[in-house]
Amino acid sequence: MKFSDFVAVDAIRSHVDASTKEGVIREMVTALVDAGRIPAADLEGIVKAILKREELGTTGIGRGVAVPHTKHPSVDRLVGTVAVSQEGIEFESLDGDPVHLLFLLVSPPEQAGQHLRALENISRQLRDDAFCRVLKAAKAPADIQHLLEAADNHGMVS
Amino acid sequence: MTDTISSEVVVGMKQGLHARPADMLAREARKWQARVELLCRSQRVDGKSILDILTLAAEEGTRIVVEVTGPDAREALAAIVRLFETHFNEREETVADAAGRAAGP
Repeated sequence: MKFSDFVAVDAIRSHVDASTKEGVIREMVTALVDAGRIPAADLEGIVKAILKREELGTTGIGRGVAVPHTKHPSVDRLVGTVAVSQEGIEFESLDGDPVHLLFLLVSPPEQAGQHLRALENISRQLRDDAFCRVLKAAKAPADIQHLLEAADNHGMVS
Repeated sequence: MTDTISSEVVVGMKQGLHARPADMLAREARKWQARVELLCRSQRVDGKSILDILTLAAEEGTRIVVEVTGPDAREALAAIVRLFETHFNEREETVADAAGRAAGP
């Protein structure tokens, strides 16, 4: 799966305003609403569902990365977005470090495979230090979009 | 003693080896001195790295060979196999999902 298969380009944010876990999740879900990828009426429900998932165990998987996610019936295919926090956000990460890079995923119920393949793609790219460095240095959403396109075209992802 | 021992496990969770079980697996593997590697299809990854584990995208039913090398290999392998056998304690969640809970892994 490629980034272009699930990342809503219009919802990419290179400088999030939020400084808390809940705040950044809300900002990213709002970006998906603004991009027309999820209905505004489902904003609160999705934010709550993602926060509930975080209670089961943080999705701050280390190296300054978090992958907040949930299943939700408001989407019929996997949708996601990318955000960068320049300041870093306390996310109770596995390694204790603040989170700078966030990939938020909303997937339809009963489609575990899509979710796994998106996680696969994200984690594969994140093992590459250069990818993380360039992503963190993004000045504008277009920079992130270009990086994701480059990663997609690299041919490494399945 | 640097013998390598291995065991084949099957991903039994409906959601596959997603973020939470991958985290549990990496944490367990890191408790031991032994090197832990996972072999799945043509991939060989570090069992102590959640990023590596997630790149397997292992769905329900996927077979994985856990290969462990080091002085405490036997204990490490047993602990890891146990995680797979107990479905990483995901049973409750599956029931909750079936009950229509919106939140999920």
